[in-house]
This record gives sequence, structure tokens and C-alpha cells, in this order.
Amino acid sequence: MALTGLEIYKLLPQTNCKECGYPTCLAFAMKLAAKQAELKACPYVTEEAKVKLEAASSPPMRLIEIGQADHRLQVGNETVLFRHEKTFYHRPGLFWRLRDTEKPDDLKKKVAEADAYQVDYVGIDLTLDGFAIEAASGDPKTYSAAVAAVRAASQKPLILIVTSPELAKAGLEAAGDSRPLLHAATAENWQAMAELAKSAKVPLAASAPDLEALAALTENLTKAGLEDLVLDPGVANYRDSLEQLTIARRLALRKNFRPLGFPVITFPGAAGADETLLAAEHIAKYAGFIVLDTFDPASLYPLLVLRQNIYTDPQKPIQVQPGLYEINSPKPDSPVMVTTNFSITYFAVANEVEGSGWPAWLVVADAEGMSVLTAWAAGKFDAERIAKSIKGLGIDQKVSHRKVLIPGHVAVLSGELEEELPGWQILVGPREAVDISGYLKAMWTN
Amino acid sequence: MTIEIPKEKWAGKVREVKIGATQADGGTRSRVVTLGGEAALPHLGFEGALPNPPVLAIEVRDRKPDDWSPLLVQAWGEAMQDPGDWARAAEAAGAEMIYLALSLTDSDGQKNTPAKARAAVRKVLDATGLPLTVVGPGQAEIDNELMVPVAEEAKGERILLGICEEKNYRTLVAAALANDHLVQSKTPMDVNLSKQLVILIHDMGLPLERIVIDPTTGALGYGIEYGYSVMERLRLAALQGDSMTQQPMIVTPGEEAWRVKEARVGEGVPQAWGDWERRSLNWEAVTASSLLYAGANILVLRHPETLKRLRGVVDGLKDPA
Repeated sequence: MALTGLEIYKLLPQTNCKECGYPTCLAFAMKLAAKQAELKACPYVTEEAKVKLEAASSPPMRLIEIGQADHRLQVGNETVLFRHEKTFYHRPGLFWRLRDTEKPDDLKKKVAEADAYQVDYVGIDLTLDGFAIEAASGDPKTYSAAVAAVRAASQKPLILIVTSPELAKAGLEAAGDSRPLLHAATAENWQAMAELAKSAKVPLAASAPDLEALAALTENLTKAGLEDLVLDPGVANYRDSLEQLTIARRLALRKNFRPLGFPVITFPGAAGADETLLAAEHIAKYAGFIVLDTFDPASLYPLLVLRQNIYTDPQKPIQVQPGLYEINSPKPDSPVMVTTNFSITYFAVANEVEGSGWPAWLVVADAEGMSVLTAWAAGKFDAERIAKSIKGLGIDQKVSHRKVLIPGHVAVLSGELEEELPGWQILVGPREAVDISGYLKAMWTN
Repeated sequence: MTIEIPKEKWAGKVREVKIGATQADGGTRSRVVTLGGEAALPHLGFEGALPNPPVLAIEVRDRKPDDWSPLLVQAWGEAMQDPGDWARAAEAAGAEMIYLALSLTDSDGQKNTPAKARAAVRKVLDATGLPLTVVGPGQAEIDNELMVPVAEEAKGERILLGICEEKNYRTLVAAALANDHLVQSKTPMDVNLSKQLVILIHDMGLPLERIVIDPTTGALGYGIEYGYSVMERLRLAALQGDSMTQQPMIVTPGEEAWRVKEARVGEGVPQAWGDWERRSLNWEAVTASSLLYAGANILVLRHPETLKRLRGVVDGLKDPA
């Protein structure tokens, strides 16, 4: 748990020698508390104080990294229970589980297809994060061949799902230097699993039927020298997941309870649940790795979008630069349209216009990053602002007509806008971006 | 190793609100829905009482809408031609409440009239015994013109009347007062605006036990995170004892999800979006289920399949006892 400036001050030499660059030890302590200075700037700090301060500054939930080179995935190190308190930092990894009971060539084909999966959401490329390979055959050779096949088809991070040290060994060897997550150590096999994870330098998931058993297990693993751990509390339904994952996160963040200060792995499809909806719960409430049993773009796309939404920093509204955007090389007789600079709004409109094939001038008004309705209600997208954008951008020089299209949701502004923009005709467009193409076809006549 | 379960101690709880009146209370509903009463964060039964699970409502229209997805039209079929049939089909599909939305115009493009609105409400009341919400088309003048006769038509049934907005709430609240109904307020994704409108409505003399709030949510991919966080903040404030935030929340994921491109459009979209029907259903269900975790008390849905899936989630979140 983070120390206050005064608590840190008590651990410093209190000589005000100024060698750290700050006028007093107290000032230095305050900077340390704000994480704007580093302890090593103090040449006289005692070893004892150093240990205490370092322990206090380590995060309550450990950051776990798996994968290699350009395909690393980091999860954990979360600091809040609700995204509005600050933000959620590391999006949970979405993995697809495959079993070694399938032929290597079939695995290769499936993996290659899923590996190439990519979907654009407001200009961001969303993808599957990696593959979990389960040693369902129980045979080390078969497993090794399956892991090798997956690796041949994808460089994305791997999770090795094994029940015995022999299978773990075979999987780790086939995984080479790709730094997979090893799943899982249990009360029965943890010593051997710990040895394997340690020598391969990979993170290890610990699996137990409840949080108490899980905490006991991670304590053993920590004592055995492992630092990079992942929790598998074996949750299988909506209620159990929500309770266990909430309790684990509260204990880690509020009580600084180290044995549960690790990200959690879940398997939402395991118990015949509605996999998409249980995965959605795990995204909103506290999973770090989510292993899916089905790869279906119709499910993966909404889940990836939900993850993107929940992990958006609430303190930074996602917005685009206000201004004039030219779509499909507009000409003087092309339509002029107005929208706000909330990036989701902008992309919805811009994609729709682009897809419609119509050349158009898109005026993106500065609505402080709010959507049309929200901005209108907050007084950030009114006739005055819209008129100011249109006048300021010199559109009258670029187009030969005097018609401007406003979103249907703010039809009520057309009267005022006519007063603000003398000589311009105000057209009320559709409420939703998806209807723009149909509207232009039916209504825009030159 | 024993671990101590960290429980929050809450000073407040969500207000209990009842919609619908049975014969005993002077109405004709076969059941009443009770909302709210939570003394814990959403679905965390280990922390406090959660007496009333979330309610699943189906949105029906007074006439077949012109712009709904063909997937929805396919799902409800002929029943969409008549609000009574539609409501009956919704009840058969498992809805616990009917959310009747009045249209701006009739199918010939003529303005909706008080007589037609009354008739639609009467049909729905006669067709099912479920509690009812009725909302206007969303334009102040017409809303007021239609909703006052609607409130009179349903007198005694304790229905939820919507939608009160900051710029237009007086007529609706007066109609609820005169006919013993409840009101639904709606504010654009803001904790303070939500509180303020509850205060204004309450100041007109409507008891807080007759106000349900819609904090506005947005659809998955289209700003849901704003609505989600405002709901979480409202619920936290309610539990911390802030009286004007202690109203149950109604949200409309069906409407939100089915108007976005991912749900409405089947052709000419990226292949990575996957199968249209499964994607659309997932869009509505994921939007709806996310809002459950943020504290929604009523989910207004559109597709019967989504209703079935959300039934599974709501039942799965209940206390096993």
C-alpha cells in the first residue's frame, strides 16, 4: 500500500542535506509519495528504510507479461475497483482454447485463420490475443507436436494447459523461448510445476477450488521463489465469478493481501454457460486472461469492443480534432454535413459517408468530445457553435451551394441556425449515421 | 488459510418501487413488479440484501415500426401488426413487463392522436396482465398531447409513464399525480442532472417511491462506457446515502443496440464482424448484460432470444438460497 509523504519522511535521514536536489527531507518525501522522485537520489538512506519503502511501493496486483518480441501481452497491475475512480490499465487477454486431440495440420489451419483475425473499431485494430493449448490427449509427444503446430502458425502468446509435470515439460520445450503462461499448479503438483516454471522463466497459474485454497497455494509458490503468478479460482457461473473475482480484487487492492495480488484467468465456456455473456461479465468485472472455447467473429467482435469500452480512460474522452474533413474528394457541389468531435460519433459518420461513396465536406464542430445528443443537452453543440465552425472554416469559399446538413437529433436547432447563418439553408439529416447513405440518395439534389 | 471477506458497510439503499396494481389495489394486473431495495452493490449478495432481482421488459409499439431490423420483424412476425398481440407474444416469450412506445405517426404518416394512443394502451392492458410502461414519441408537444389521455385510460393500473426530461416533465408528472401512476425520468449521462430532475419531479408532489430513472446508456461500441460509469456512480452514491440517487434504474439496451450499424446492417459490412444474426443478438445481449453489472433494475429488450439469454444471466446472478 502506498505510503504518505509523512510516513516516508520518518524513514529518511532527516538531515536536510539537500544532496537529493530538494531543499528538505520533507520536500523530498512529498515528491517520493507523488512518485515524482526516486529513492536512489538520497545517498544516506538506510538499508532498512530502503526495504520498507520498496515493499510499500510495489503494486498491490502484479503485472504479468507473456509472449515474445512484438507479441507481448501485459495484464494485471490494476489499481481500482471501478473504472471511474481512475481507469483500468491492462485489457484482459482473449485467448482461444484448442486441444491436442486435433491433428497438427488441422490445428495449424484453425490457428492461422484466427491469428489473421483483425477488426477495425474507431480506427483501432482489434485482434485475438493468443491461443491456449490443452493437453487433452495426456500424451507428452502428442502435446509437444500440437504446441509446435500452433507456434508454426502464430507468434501470438500461448497458454499451456496441462495437468502433469511431464506434459508441462513437453509443452514448455515445444514453446521454446515464447514465454507462455503455464496452467496450472494445484495443491497436488505445485512443487514440480514451480520447478518447471522457474527454470523456464515463465509465469505460472495456480488453480484451486476456492480463494482460501488458492491463497494457500500462491503462498507456497511465492516461498518457492516464484513471483509471476496468475489465479484460477475455477469459477463457472455468473454469480460465483462476480463474487470470487470481486473479493479477490478487493483483498488485493484494499487490504494489500499479497497472496491474491495477481491477475485472474477464467474459462467462460467451460461449464456449458452462455460463453459470450459470461465472458462479457469477466471483461467488466475483473478477469486478466479470458480463455474462450469458440472462435466466432460474431461473438469475438462485440467482446473486443466491450473490452475496449470498459478499458477506455474515463478522464480522457476519446475525441478527434475539430475541423473540416474531406471525404471521397469532395467538389464545390458536394454536401456539407455537421457533426461533433466525439470520436465514436465522428467515426460512425465518416465511415458511413465514406462507405456510401458520396463525396462530402464533414464539419467536425468542437463539442468538447461529446456525442451529438449529450453535447446538445450540455450546451456544447448549439446553433452558435455550429455557425462558428462553419464560418471559421471558410466553407463558403469551397462550395458553390449554401446548404448544410445537421444531425436529426438536433432538428430543433434549425431555426436558430438559420439566423446565425444568413443565406444558408439548413437541412435536417437522419438521426443515426447508418441512415446517411439512404438520406443522401433520397434528399440531396443539386 | 482463512481469508476475511471484505464487505462494504453501506449507509443507504435503493428505494423500493412497485409498478402495476392488482385487483386488490384497484387495478387489473395479474402481478406487480417490485424494483430496488438493494442494500449492496449489484449482485453482491454476500454484502447485503438484494430483495428484488432485475426485471426484463419487452418493448412493443402501438404499430409495426417502419425502421426496425428485419431480424426483429422476423422474430415477432404477425404479432407486430397489433399492440395487443405483440404484448401477448412478449408475455409468452417470458417478459415480466411491457414497455409500450407510442409512435409519432400512424402507418399512413398521419400524426398520432389521443384516441389512437388510448386505444393502443387499452389493447395492451386487455391482452396481458403484466405491469406496463407507456412512453410518448419523444417530442414534447405531442408527448403531452398523447400521454395525458393515456394516463386517464390506464387510471388505477399504476403504470410507469415516460419520459420526463428536464425541458418537459410537468404535464407528465401532473398526469401521474392525477391518475395514481409513476414516472420515468431521463437525463443525459450525468449524475447531477439525474439528481436534479428527480428533485424537480419530487417538488411537484410526486413521492420518490413513484420515480424510476433512466440515466441514458448508449450502445456497446457507441459510448456505453459513459452510461456504465454514470450508473455505477449513481448506485455507489445511493448506497452511501445520497437520497436523490436512490431511485431504481430503467435502461433501454434493446433500443440502443438495435439502432447501431452492427445490429441493423447485414450486407456490405466487414467480414470480421461475423454472422449478422448472431452478431446482432450478441450486440443487444452484451449491451444489456453489461448494464446489469452497473446496477440496472429494468432492462427493456427487443428480441425474444435476448430475453431468454438475459433470463439466464439474471437467474444465474441470484442468491442460490
